[in-house]
Amino acid sequence: MQNETKADVVIIGGGIVGTAIARELSKYQLDVILIEKQPDIAAGTTKANSAILHAGFDAHPDTLKAKLNVRGNAMYHELEKELHLDVKWTGSLVVAKTDEDMVTLKELLERGQQNKVPGLALLTKDEVLLKEPNLSKDVKGALWAPSAGIFLPFGAAVAFADNAISNGVRLFTECPAEKIVAEAGKVVGVQTPKGFIGCNYVINAAGVYADDISRLAGDDSFSITPRKGEYILFDRKVGNLVNTVVFPAPSKFSKGILVCPTVHGNIFIGPNAQEIANKEDISTSPTGMSEIIDRAQELLPNLPLREAITQFSGVRAAADCGDFVIRNSEFVAGLIHAAGIQSPGLTAAPAIAEVVAEILKLNGVELKPKPSFNSHNPKPIVFKELSLAEKQAAIEENPLYGRVICRCETITEGEIVAAIQQPCGAKTVDGVKRRTRAGMGRCQGGFCGPRVTAILARELNISVSQVRKESAESYLFYEKMPGDCEVTGHE
Amino acid sequence: MNKRLYDLVIVGGGPAGLAAAHSAKLNGAKNILVIERDRELGGILQQCIHNGFGLHRFHQELTGPGYAQRYIKLVQEHPEVEVLLDTMVLEVKQNKTVLAVNPELGVFEVQAKAVIFTMGCRERTRGAIRIPGKRPAGVFTAGAAQRMVNMEGYIPGKKIVILGSGDIGLIMARRLTLEGADVQAVLEIMPYSNGLTRNIVQCLDDYEIPLHLAHTIVAIHGQDRVTGVTCARVDANMKPIAGTEFDIECDCVLLSVGLIPENELSEEVGVSLDTKTNGPVVDQRRQTSLTGFFAAGNVVHVHDLVDFVSEEGEIAGKYAALYAQGKLPENYRTINILAENAIRTVVPQKIVLDHASIDPVRLFMRVGKPEEKLLVEVVGAQGKVLATKRLPIAKPGEMIVLEIPIDKFADAGEFVVVTTRQAVKA
Ligand SMILES: Cc1cc2nc3c(=O)[nH]c(=O)nc-3n(C[C@H](O)[C@H](O)[C@H](O)COP(=O)(O)OP(=O)(O)OC[C@H]3O[C@@H](n4cnc5c(N)ncnc54)[C@H](O)[C@@H]3O)c2cc1C
Ligand SMILES: Cc1cc2nc3c(=O)[nH]c(=O)nc-3n(C[C@H](O)[C@H](O)[C@H](O)COP(=O)(O)OP(=O)(O)OC[C@H]3O[C@@H](n4cnc5c(N)ncnc54)[C@H](O)[C@@H]3O)c2cc1C
Repeated sequence: MQNETKADVVIIGGGIVGTAIARELSKYQLDVILIEKQPDIAAGTTKANSAILHAGFDAHPDTLKAKLNVRGNAMYHELEKELHLDVKWTGSLVVAKTDEDMVTLKELLERGQQNKVPGLALLTKDEVLLKEPNLSKDVKGALWAPSAGIFLPFGAAVAFADNAISNGVRLFTECPAEKIVAEAGKVVGVQTPKGFIGCNYVINAAGVYADDISRLAGDDSFSITPRKGEYILFDRKVGNLVNTVVFPAPSKFSKGILVCPTVHGNIFIGPNAQEIANKEDISTSPTGMSEIIDRAQELLPNLPLREAITQFSGVRAAADCGDFVIRNSEFVAGLIHAAGIQSPGLTAAPAIAEVVAEILKLNGVELKPKPSFNSHNPKPIVFKELSLAEKQAAIEENPLYGRVICRCETITEGEIVAAIQQPCGAKTVDGVKRRTRAGMGRCQGGFCGPRVTAILARELNISVSQVRKESAESYLFYEKMPGDCEVTGHE
Repeated sequence: MNKRLYDLVIVGGGPAGLAAAHSAKLNGAKNILVIERDRELGGILQQCIHNGFGLHRFHQELTGPGYAQRYIKLVQEHPEVEVLLDTMVLEVKQNKTVLAVNPELGVFEVQAKAVIFTMGCRERTRGAIRIPGKRPAGVFTAGAAQRMVNMEGYIPGKKIVILGSGDIGLIMARRLTLEGADVQAVLEIMPYSNGLTRNIVQCLDDYEIPLHLAHTIVAIHGQDRVTGVTCARVDANMKPIAGTEFDIECDCVLLSVGLIPENELSEEVGVSLDTKTNGPVVDQRRQTSLTGFFAAGNVVHVHDLVDFVSEEGEIAGKYAALYAQGKLPENYRTINILAENAIRTVVPQKIVLDHASIDPVRLFMRVGKPEEKLLVEVVGAQGKVLATKRLPIAKPGEMIVLEIPIDKFADAGEFVVVTTRQAVKA
């Protein structure tokens, strides 16, 4: 990026919301820049959450959450095909264990019907156990939502970004917005350490930092409370313990600790909910771990604790109004918020993008369709899923597909190189992991980590000691220091 | 895809696989294929550049690569042994078809008459032991760090805390000290170390690195890179004791918290595993529960000394070769071996007898916790003692070996029990 760049629109934040907006705007003849402060996109809340495409019975009718949830869920059917997303339409169950819970289910059913969620039904105990035989035998019934699904949120964000970039959007990483510059109450650009980006519109999709971004422009109209949720992920070996998304009946405060499959056949439990002071606090805690284990055991008594492969946590961006904040700033013209996007933000993201485009239009921006817009991403090669003949063809085309780097998930060097070279290419070890799954298996990168590091160094043309795990300063290895060598008796 | 026929296919070219290939050749196998996914043969030994290998086998102190090289030479001298490097076995089928992939040949199948699993093991990770805290860069398994330091020439940190006092952790404490790093401490959750005594002395004591027994890490700190850890003493149930916490500043945490035999391939084809060793159930010939499938080395149970790995590889190689030639006599009896009292694991888990059994049986055992003045007894039917061994000290990290002539098993019954007593005099 040069010292001064110009665009029509700058989007701040490369999470699922920012990337969905970038992709939506790439349909039109607009000059759009997406800026992200980390080396890679999808490194914020979008990487650590429950990954559910919610059906939409949770939120109260008349909220943006309710409307955009149901719309977003429906949109993913098309997106799944256009962008080759990993989605499984598993359906979800909200499980009741008491008479009080049964009352809650009825409320949820009515709310869901008002929100126009398709196919909702109350199931009897027997029907629930038929679907989920491993659940606790003291369930009383459940609310069945067939339209719920599970997917890969970071995969979706990368796919949105890939498609946006292919259609002309520019992505600047390691490029935090430091200041939103306004003249006469109107946005004129964004200041970043890499230079000034002149623009007429700024879209604030900065996740937990959206209130800080807003304040940069003198807009103090909302604030965000970070609320952490912790998880435990289990080995694929035990992945068949549940087949659908299983919630407990919700309390007033949260959807509760769930037991849920992943698109790759693992299961996880979580999240709890804890308000935190520091927006970067993605630590896990012993109390959090025991809380989610205890709660999950109420649903699934035979929780395979020995098969845990990792723990992580994500931070919800809860706005003080309780709903999504998607609107023009009332303080600075040209600043549009897509803020307070807590759950169901993943589900709603493509619908949020439509709303943002609509707001631009209402502001007088002409949205002329781009004739060259291509709504499809090329289908990536996933070696493991190919037939033998396809595998052979892929290797003949590119021998790197014949070298397995991640042995737990059977990920080849070809896939890793492709992940680095795709339009929104990986720049970090975790970025490779999000795109390919290398390092997500039971050995959690113990074997492939150093190899992925070496491939990144080679492809990015940097030294191994310059390769990072995730954030800007998360270097992995140092150059060797001078020291004595102890080798004796070597042949 | 042309499917070549081999007497024997060996999955994994570490010391177990190499010894198996060598001995299979000496026992008449005609064509043997060793498949190794790494760039070179030798397995984990290639990254173990410290000395102390081969004391039993070669009566000499070799480095890991030095030890490996002896076997690599032996194998390379035989035209009967074919080696495929940079090749990963993806699947082994019950009919002994082996599916593998490499950049040159693509995906291909070979047909074996007998298969030996020698895939070694992998390291337990942070996720498996649930260390709370943040997830910055700078948390590595000791083995991954060892590879980076010794093979790729980079170091994982400058101020280091090691969790777990297994041998790899101990060796890395010394290695990194010699590379100029400050190893702050080694923490061990158990009240005793799992490492070999000689490693505690030579890797920690000699460099004044403190070992905190009955301690663990209760939190990892740092946003981008590790900045420190909080440690605590643990009680008898290995739960951290509140109030005993203290912080250590560091930029790197190395985990040496156990190895897990790598049995994905064996499990998928249907080999039965022992829940305690995490490896296949084998007989004294290292045949698994599936006829014609053998296993040796760390894939069977984690070894402390490579000498025993080579020994096990030789056994598996010999009997797999005989099997492939149709010379392995039919078993007429199987005797199960059960572990009791202080003994946690025993390999082999079965003894098979045939009309021609002559080789003595060597039992490899581990205790669950450190013991003193132990009397190990192998007891057959009607309480008849087949063999005994007195041990002044037994540690979980050190394998106990007991050799028993095969004829002792002749009237042993359906099972024998390996048990222990407190020795009267030791
Ligand atoms: C525990 C938990 C469970 C959840 N489960 C679900 C679920 O199952 N289904 C569902 O639909 N939703 C779920 N959600 C909600 C969903 O994860 C979020 O709504 C969504 O990820 C928010 O995306 P985002 O793009 O707004 O934020 P983020 O993904 O956080 O993206 C914001 C980006 O902005 C960048 N940024 C910040 N400041 C700056 C700056 N100054 N300059 C440039 N870039 C900046 C950040 O680095 C980050 O990449 C869950 C959330 C949590 C925490
Ligand atoms: C990090 C580490 C350090 C150690 N340090 C010492 C030490 O200092 N001293 C000591 O005596 N012992 C040490 N050991 C113990 C050591 O494991 C044994 O001494 C010995 O190396 C084990 O031999 P092996 O052949 O069973 O396994 P390995 O040496 O692990 O060899 C297994 C081989 O199989 C290959 N393989 C696995 N799966 C496949 C597949 N699907 N397709 C193709 N190839 C495959 C692997 O790449 C590997 O080369 C160490 C072990 C580890 C893990």
